[in-house]
Amino acid sequence: MISDGVEDEEKWLAAAITGLQTELLLHASRSGLEQSQRCPKILRSDALRTSDFTPFPHKYYELYMRAFDELRKLEMFFKEETRRGCSIIDLYELVQHAGNILPRLYLLCTVGSVYIKSKEAPAKDVLKDLVEMCRGIQHPVRGLFLRSYLSQISRDKLPDIGSEYEGDADTVTDAVEFVLQNFTENEQTLGADATSAIDLSGLQGPAREKERREKERSELRDLVGKNLHVLSQIEGVDLDMYRDTVLPRILEQVVNCKDELAQYYLMDCVIEAQVDMPIAGAVTLYSSLLTFTLHVHPDRLDYVDQILGACVKKLSGKGKLDDSRATKQIVALLSAPLEKYNDIETALKLSNYPRVMEHLDDGTNKVMAGVIIQSIIKNRTHISTADKVEALFELIKGLIKDSDEKLHDEIDEEDFNEEQNSVARLIQMLYNNDPEEMLKIICTVRKYILTGGPKRLPFTVPPLIFNSLKLVRRLQSQEENAAGEEVAPTPKKIFPILNQTIEALSAVPVPELALRLYLQCAEAANDCDLEPVAYEFFTQAYILYEEEISDSRAQVTAVHLIIGTLQRMHVFGVENRDTLTHKATGYSAKLLKKPDQCRAVYACSHLFWVDDSDSIKDGERVLLCLKRALRIANAAQQMSNATRGSSGSVTLFIEILNKYLYFFEKGNSEISVSVIQGLIELITTEMHSENMTPDPAADAFFASTLRYIQFQKQKEGALGAKYEPIKA
Amino acid sequence: MNYIIGAFKPASNISITFSDEKTRKKVPLKKENGQTVMVPLFQSQENIVGQISVEPVQGKKIEHNGIKIELLGQIEMYFDRGNFYDFTSLVRELDVPGEIYERKTYPFEFSTVEMPYETYNGVNVRLRYVLKVTISRGYAGSIMEYQDFVVRNYSPSPPINNSIKMEVGIEDCLHIEFEYNKSKYHLKDVIIGKIYFLLVRIKLKNMDLEIRRRESTGSGANTHVETETLAKFELMDGAPVRGESIPIRLFLSPYELTPTHRNINNKFSVKYYFNLVLVDEEDRRYFKQQEITIYRLEETS
Repeated sequence: MISDGVEDEEKWLAAAITGLQTELLLHASRSGLEQSQRCPKILRSDALRTSDFTPFPHKYYELYMRAFDELRKLEMFFKEETRRGCSIIDLYELVQHAGNILPRLYLLCTVGSVYIKSKEAPAKDVLKDLVEMCRGIQHPVRGLFLRSYLSQISRDKLPDIGSEYEGDADTVTDAVEFVLQNFTENEQTLGADATSAIDLSGLQGPAREKERREKERSELRDLVGKNLHVLSQIEGVDLDMYRDTVLPRILEQVVNCKDELAQYYLMDCVIEAQVDMPIAGAVTLYSSLLTFTLHVHPDRLDYVDQILGACVKKLSGKGKLDDSRATKQIVALLSAPLEKYNDIETALKLSNYPRVMEHLDDGTNKVMAGVIIQSIIKNRTHISTADKVEALFELIKGLIKDSDEKLHDEIDEEDFNEEQNSVARLIQMLYNNDPEEMLKIICTVRKYILTGGPKRLPFTVPPLIFNSLKLVRRLQSQEENAAGEEVAPTPKKIFPILNQTIEALSAVPVPELALRLYLQCAEAANDCDLEPVAYEFFTQAYILYEEEISDSRAQVTAVHLIIGTLQRMHVFGVENRDTLTHKATGYSAKLLKKPDQCRAVYACSHLFWVDDSDSIKDGERVLLCLKRALRIANAAQQMSNATRGSSGSVTLFIEILNKYLYFFEKGNSEISVSVIQGLIELITTEMHSENMTPDPAADAFFASTLRYIQFQKQKEGALGAKYEPIKA
Repeated sequence: MNYIIGAFKPASNISITFSDEKTRKKVPLKKENGQTVMVPLFQSQENIVGQISVEPVQGKKIEHNGIKIELLGQIEMYFDRGNFYDFTSLVRELDVPGEIYERKTYPFEFSTVEMPYETYNGVNVRLRYVLKVTISRGYAGSIMEYQDFVVRNYSPSPPINNSIKMEVGIEDCLHIEFEYNKSKYHLKDVIIGKIYFLLVRIKLKNMDLEIRRRESTGSGANTHVETETLAKFELMDGAPVRGESIPIRLFLSPYELTPTHRNINNKFSVKYYFNLVLVDEEDRRYFKQQEITIYRLEETS
């Protein structure tokens, strides 16, 4: 019967409709109480009762729609009867004489509707009776349709506030009670139905089946939904009532109904049949619904997303919310999935999540973004793909860039810093073991942070650069394996990106920071044996130094950074190295304050003597640097005498002495014992001169330097022998 | 037709009329030939008063050995057809032997007649009340005329009327508890009740409440029992789940019921039962029968 179902269905429907029309028309055409007394007998074989329909619920739906029309006519007929003086109470009893329950109840509901309109009995009593009597239908589909009919026919007759059927004080409660009970009853039959319908339709060809199932589902949902819709139209149902009475009952039903598909219908219905209440209320509702769903169906992300989707729908066109209560609720709504899953990845799968967030005002949006980041940091969530990163940054974009509208807002600097620091921490956490994906992540992040504007870049660029350098370091060690693969990311490909990223800082501007980053990159390029790249980074750093860094203190720091970095570079050929070194010593000598000059110059000595490199051991130029440093130290002391009347500290001399000792020890033949000896004596003399201000720190420094010399002297072998001639 | 029948017409027309014919309530009564006629309605202890008129056919006279009227209460068993058992028999002599030349009327009166049993038309048994006029004649055979009437006796509401409440079931399979609001119902009553499903492990299809009449006639080895289902009222459609409670509201007025009759003159009994029937998907029937009492409530109008 099911195998060649389509044809059978049609036949069945046609037969059923004919049967139904005949029966009902018989009613409608009769007049007078006498005749209507026969109604129940006529209806005894009512088509709606047919038991053949189970394979074709949607046909039943069609049949029902026809029957509905016929019943409308019947309602008119009953109305007519009462106008002719027939007692409605008698009619109400009369239809109950029908032996078959289904036609009996359809008739009862129909007469019931007329009964309420007659106002001969309180609406609530009639409605209560109808719902109660409808319990006799335990068959899922038939019950569903019957109760739907009841809800349809009674929708304009609920004893709501302001309704003409309004009764005593409890009327709204009664109305709600009615709809809820009807709903509950409906609900309980739905579970079984969904399964039976699906099981049976599952026997059919797969192509048609899905389509048909969808259709059935929407039809059934339509029916159940009508109930909830009616509920939503009861004026007297305010938020509190909905929350305290209605929603829990509905949700209880959803839980009790064991069937998944049915639960799905219900959630849909609950969401769609939204009570027209203030936004705050609606959002509260979604929030509790969501909490509930997370609790009952933690595995059904689609439900969660659906709820969020419904919320978006509700909020659409409302723009940013300015209602603080609603805002609070949205934060709760959005926080719930994070708390539940402890995993932002899950939330990232919710397509509607960011759309809900868009409705938050900027401040709250930032708070929410903060919550998200905190969740990631706390749970050490691993965001591992570019897509997820994209979704995440879309979520937290409130922190990533300025919103378009407001510039006038006063932003608390501390808060801002904290926010941006958390973003920075987030960027540091992004990691994927696959270099290709990691590069994509980097590009994604870069895309977002470059929109951040001058205030954010200093916070966001460094973590990105360092995270990228981590990748570079990884690739550098694997480079041999990866060789030949064109697609695979290589440091060579990454460095230009870094270069451009750092360049973005020029807009801020923060030259000191940019300089540090260039140097970091240069060092990484050095380790990758990429001379031109390293040179380029140095060039950028130098340009910054020359053009942007004018503060003398910053210059000192920068020069030392340059020297330190350059000293470690081994990738440069002689020419490039010379150029860079020359520049560096030049910068050193041109520092403003003499002590700074002195220290930078002696530091430059290291540029000519790299311990683990045989090619860079230029003793002569080391000595030149040190001598130049001594001259500068001398000049510094004279300047001090001239300006303050006392000689400055001998500290510089002691520092230079230490440099001498270092190179002496390292075997620089240009550094002789006599030079060291001379320097020691000079320092000793200076320290005992009359116009010398006592400097305990310098004394201690010198004393410990001398102790070092004594210590080295006592050593066995070549080193001890080397020190032997020095007299301290 | 009438003309031909007229040839076999008895020599006289006898009519029986009641003095309160115009005002007395009449009820339908099904005759043996299947026709329904309207006949007067009485109850026990009423006076049955009226008159009979005897009119000879045009130009003839009736010679008779006396005229009498009898009030008979009869029980007739169909399997024992033709044998009436008169449980009540009252006679009034109306005329001494003589001749009637023209229409003549005789008043009659039975005062405060004891009629303890109601008129009843069952499957195997009939209880009827009838007025029988006999004009006794010698050789030509007696002329007889009958007039049926119906007797109904009313009861007040019973002072004690407990509900019927019971838990029944099949172990580990089906447990239900049902409740009917009363054990005694009047003819126009309404049954209110509920069925509560305590345990359902079988897939039910529907549930009906039947009203059954059990008529037993005769006694001992000759007892005949006839059971009819007068009402089949569907209470539930589909399969309930545990904890479900299904309402019952059944109006008795549409059904042709009679009061319960217990051991009427040692000849017959009529008892009523509720039969709760549950049918499962394999069409197995589970049922529980409960006797109820039906009585005729005094109409207050």
